[in-house]
Amino acid sequence: MAAADDAQFPPPKVLTYPASTPPTLITQGAEGRLYKTTHLTRDRPCALKYRPPKPYRHPVLDARLTKARLSSEAKVLERCWREGVPVPAVYAMDPAAGWMMMEWIEGIPVRVGINEWLGKRPEEGAEIPQVEDETPIVELMKRIGAAIGALHKTGVVHGDLTTSNMMLRPRGVDPVSGGTGNEGKTRSVEGDVVLIDFGLATQSMSDEDRAVDLYVLERAFASTHPRAERLFGTLLESYKSTFKKASSVLIKLEDVRMRGRKRSMLG
Amino acid sequence: MALETLNLEHIPPTCQIYAAFFRDVSNCEFLHAQLLSRNSEFEYAFIDASSIISRSHLLAAVYSAAIVLLDGTLRTPNVHSEIVVSLNTSNNIADAYRKWGISPGKTKDLVVIKVVLCPSPAKETASTQTQTPQAIWDHLRQHVKGTPTPLTDAELAQATDWPKVRKYYRLNGVPALERLADEQEKIQQSERLAIMGMALRGL
Repeated sequence: MAAADDAQFPPPKVLTYPASTPPTLITQGAEGRLYKTTHLTRDRPCALKYRPPKPYRHPVLDARLTKARLSSEAKVLERCWREGVPVPAVYAMDPAAGWMMMEWIEGIPVRVGINEWLGKRPEEGAEIPQVEDETPIVELMKRIGAAIGALHKTGVVHGDLTTSNMMLRPRGVDPVSGGTGNEGKTRSVEGDVVLIDFGLATQSMSDEDRAVDLYVLERAFASTHPRAERLFGTLLESYKSTFKKASSVLIKLEDVRMRGRKRSMLG
Repeated sequence: MALETLNLEHIPPTCQIYAAFFRDVSNCEFLHAQLLSRNSEFEYAFIDASSIISRSHLLAAVYSAAIVLLDGTLRTPNVHSEIVVSLNTSNNIADAYRKWGISPGKTKDLVVIKVVLCPSPAKETASTQTQTPQAIWDHLRQHVKGTPTPLTDAELAQATDWPKVRKYYRLNGVPALERLADEQEKIQQSERLAIMGMALRGL
C-alpha cells in the first residue's frame, strides 16, 4: 500500500532519508502535499509541505513558479509570525526542491470542532433552544474574528479562508479535568485559533481584497456549518473590534456580497 | 570522550556529524589562522557560542548545511563553511564569519562541528579511516586549548550574548516577543524566530 503510494506520488528527496518515524501523508491538495514528519530530533514534530513538479508545465517555468510560490508563502508566514498573528513557524525550506518544513500545530481543525459542537446539540427543528449555553462557541467565533483582524492588520490576506484552514490548538495541557459531562463538548470548541495554509496568501492592504477574504469565509462557513450561520455576525463584530480599518472593509463586504468574489466581468 | 555524534532526523548514516563544545578557549588566534591558511587538517566549522541560542538553533544550521551537501548544491567551498553561512539571515559569507565564526581576541566559547561524508558505509576510504571519532577528538584535544563541555541547552545558554543575538536576528521591537512576559517563553520564541530567519535566508 505504502509502496504503491510512493510509486504514484514520490515523496521529496529530503523525506527519503531515514528518520525515527516514517513520514505520513496527511493531505493531498491540488498544488501540494502535506506530510507529518520530524525536524532535527524525534521529539520535534513538523509539517512538510511539498509542491511536486508538474509534468504538464515546461520544467523551467515549473521550477520558477514552485520556487516563487513557496518563497512567498514563507515570507508571509514570517511576517505574520513577527507581528504576533497566530500562524505556524517555518523550520526549514528548500524552495528550489519545492519543500518547506513548518511547526506542527496540535489539535483539530476548527471545522471539526464546530461540527462536533453542533452534532451534540438537538436538531434545529426540535425546539428546546436557549436552554443551552452557547458561550463556548460564541467565544470561538470571537477568537476567529480576532485572528483574521490581526492578519489583515499586518497587510496580509489569506486567499482561502475556511474553517478547515484554521486549527484549534489546545491551551497548555492540563490533565486535571474532572467530569461534568459537558466538558467533552465544550472542549471541542476550546483552544487557540491558528491560521494555516498560506499557499494562496498575498500581501495587500486593499479593502477590496480583505472584503473578499471575509466573503470567501462567509460562504464557506454557510455551506460547512449551515446551522451555525447566524453566529457569523459575532465573528465580524470581533473582527471589527480588533482591526481599526474594519468598518470600511465591512462596507465593501456588502458590495462583494451583491456581486460575488470576482470583481471583473471578464473571465 | 566529549565528542558527541549527532543523529539528526532525515540525515542518512553516510553523513556522520560530530560536535564538541569548548569553554574558555585561549588559542583562537591559532585556530583562526588555520582557517585562513586553509589548512586541510582543520576542516571544522568553528562557531562562536556567544551567537548561539540553543541546540535546536545550532542543529537547524547543521541540518540545512548537511542537506545541501547531500544534494550537491553547496554554495560555499565546503560543508563547514556552509554551516556558518546557514546561521546567517543573508547569503553574505564574510558577514556570516564575522558574526558566527571564530574571531581572534573575541571568541571565548567555541562550538566545533565536523561532518564526514562516506560514499558507502561498507567500503571505507582511506580518508574516512583517519577520521574516526577518536581521531577527530584527539586532534581537537591537541589543538583546541579550552575546557571540554557537554553540548547542552543549559551550557549553551550560559555562553549566549543576547544583545548580539537580538541584533543579528532582528529580534528587537518584534511585537510577537514584546508581549511575552515569561522570560523562558521569550527565549523559546526568539529561537523560533532565529530559525525562521535562517530558513528564509536570502529571500
